[in-house]
Amino acid sequence: MTTGRIDARFAALKAEGRAGFVAYVMAGDPSRDEALEILRGLPAAGADIIELGFPFSDPMAEGPPIQRAALRGLKAGLTLRGTLDLARAFRDGDAETPLILMGYLNPLETYGYAAFAYDAAAAGVDGVIIVDCPPEEADPLSDALDAEQLSLIRLATPTSDDARLEVIARRTSGFVYYVSVAGVTGVKEAQSASVAPAVERVRRASGLPVAVGFGVKTPERAAEIARVADAVVAGSVLVDEVAAALEAGEPAPARVLAKVRALGDAVRGARVTETV
Amino acid sequence: MNAIIPNQAIPNRYGMPDADGRFGPYGGRFVAETLMPLVLELNRAYEACKADPSFQAELDDFLTHYVGRPSPLYFAERLTEHHGGAKIWFKRDELNHTGAHKINNCMGQILLAMRMGKKRIIAETGAGQHGVATATVCARFGLQCVVYMGAADVERQSPNVFRMKLLGAEVIPVTSGRGTLKDAMNEALRDWVTNVADTYYLIGTAAGPHPYPTMVRDFQSVIGREAKVQMQARRGKLPDALVAAIGGGSNAIGLFHPFIEDAGVRLIGVEAAGRGLDGPDHAASLQGGRPGVLHGNRTYLLQDEDGQILEGHSISAGLDYPGIGPEHAWLKDIGRAEYRSATDVEALEQFQLCSQLEGIIPALEPSHALARIGEIAAEIGKDGDVVLNMCGRGDKDIFAVAKHLGVEL
Repeated sequence: MTTGRIDARFAALKAEGRAGFVAYVMAGDPSRDEALEILRGLPAAGADIIELGFPFSDPMAEGPPIQRAALRGLKAGLTLRGTLDLARAFRDGDAETPLILMGYLNPLETYGYAAFAYDAAAAGVDGVIIVDCPPEEADPLSDALDAEQLSLIRLATPTSDDARLEVIARRTSGFVYYVSVAGVTGVKEAQSASVAPAVERVRRASGLPVAVGFGVKTPERAAEIARVADAVVAGSVLVDEVAAALEAGEPAPARVLAKVRALGDAVRGARVTETV
Repeated sequence: MNAIIPNQAIPNRYGMPDADGRFGPYGGRFVAETLMPLVLELNRAYEACKADPSFQAELDDFLTHYVGRPSPLYFAERLTEHHGGAKIWFKRDELNHTGAHKINNCMGQILLAMRMGKKRIIAETGAGQHGVATATVCARFGLQCVVYMGAADVERQSPNVFRMKLLGAEVIPVTSGRGTLKDAMNEALRDWVTNVADTYYLIGTAAGPHPYPTMVRDFQSVIGREAKVQMQARRGKLPDALVAAIGGGSNAIGLFHPFIEDAGVRLIGVEAAGRGLDGPDHAASLQGGRPGVLHGNRTYLLQDEDGQILEGHSISAGLDYPGIGPEHAWLKDIGRAEYRSATDVEALEQFQLCSQLEGIIPALEPSHALARIGEIAAEIGKDGDVVLNMCGRGDKDIFAVAKHLGVEL
């Protein structure tokens, strides 16, 4: 059962008494082979959960870093089908790390929900996050994903009041992704003080672990979030390492994985430091 | 003649959209979760205004005295003679303040935004007509205005950029993607998701997440309501057909909607075929696309086999969008409306023909509708009447047209 990998990972994190680190990278960025090398290196570098973005031409909730990453992925020819192949190649060498696909709805509309769910499950994917598919529109997709026991992971935001959180919590599983700022990815940083009570509210409403993302750029920031959330997500800062590597003419995987290590270490050490 | 005919005067058994903003499989609310509370709040606010007679009275007053409504229904006698078929009438929305139908919607939405207590207005624009109309109403009511416009369009439509700036708007060129209307819409959505507390997104066409397609349609329906009364007064009957150009589809749905229940009235939309429907360079989403999800709604889209959105092409920057309002998608599927197309070359010919025969320089958008009017008039025959929505005037296009005709200005 695929959803099991997410639940098992959060149970293990709880037992260890620490938050998890979720690394977001883009399929095909900067090329299919390098993206696979990055994916394969992520668990050892400290990623507890992987979010694999699949490129879309019009990523309207993303800031410039992930927009550029999507363009690089598209340029490398990564379709949704290609992303699933990449997922399968990763899964062949790693049976435990939860793998979540993240992107926009239209490629799934084209693929067909049922076919997508079937192929994603076969590729070893555990769940999906679809940015532009709110609960009101999600039932047909949920039906397809349920049939393959894939999680539909929902987003909660600073604009979600208690009534809204109830709607968000319906038909979701795995964890809830708390978008800590009203904005696009990789631009604003949340007020730390506002994150803890928000995480608590989301946890209470959903009964699920809460991962917090948007605006996590530094190890210090990652550690701060790790003290209050069940997991910390970083994305823009990782795909920016790809951009920097391309600019410097260096191999991208080493740079991305070094950044993952720094952020992952900060997340791992966060609660320990606190008790010292 | 009675200036404005209220919404309630026309029964609507058609009943679209449903409570979730769906026109059959189309429409809906496909936005990021951060925006969901905002679109739900917008829907509540719009429903409250619709039920409030003082809102309609205020809107009517501005439409009459500021916009200049009702627009005339004009018998295009020489064009009728030229084509030799049904009588051709122009619904002259190009005579509105700012020169296009766009202001009908902007006036409605700005009054709504003010009732919601919003102080900052954002908009996207392609050719600049909606940007100018938005900047105009923001100036009139003293609200901050930010217009997103593709960098390529900023270049192509510099007179409208200057007009917006004169009106006090900030124009932000969008370089992401390919720098056209769809990228401007992405950027406006990114602004909205970032500035949720004080910002109102004033969408210019009958597309986007619910309630925009319905709200824009309702505000633009003043065109069709007037045309209905005017045709009755002039000819004592309903027209046999209505013809309008389609980009996102707001002028067309505004003309069509009050006639949807009138089965004898043919509704004909004309899409931009650009360099031809057989190639990739067109903007005919209904005839060359397939259903998908973009910018908040499910509708027909120009897209590749992976679901990536393609750029539309048209000589008219106002039609150059890879999607279409969801109500048109529905009207096409149920067969209530027919959709045809016209190429860049045909639009250019009609731009000149209408100028010379009627003394009316049409915008390139209605020039597409003009390209099909001859054959439609012939199909209907001499006893019939066909109304064409003259949704914008061509002043904005003279530079582009001159260039295509090889004339130095």
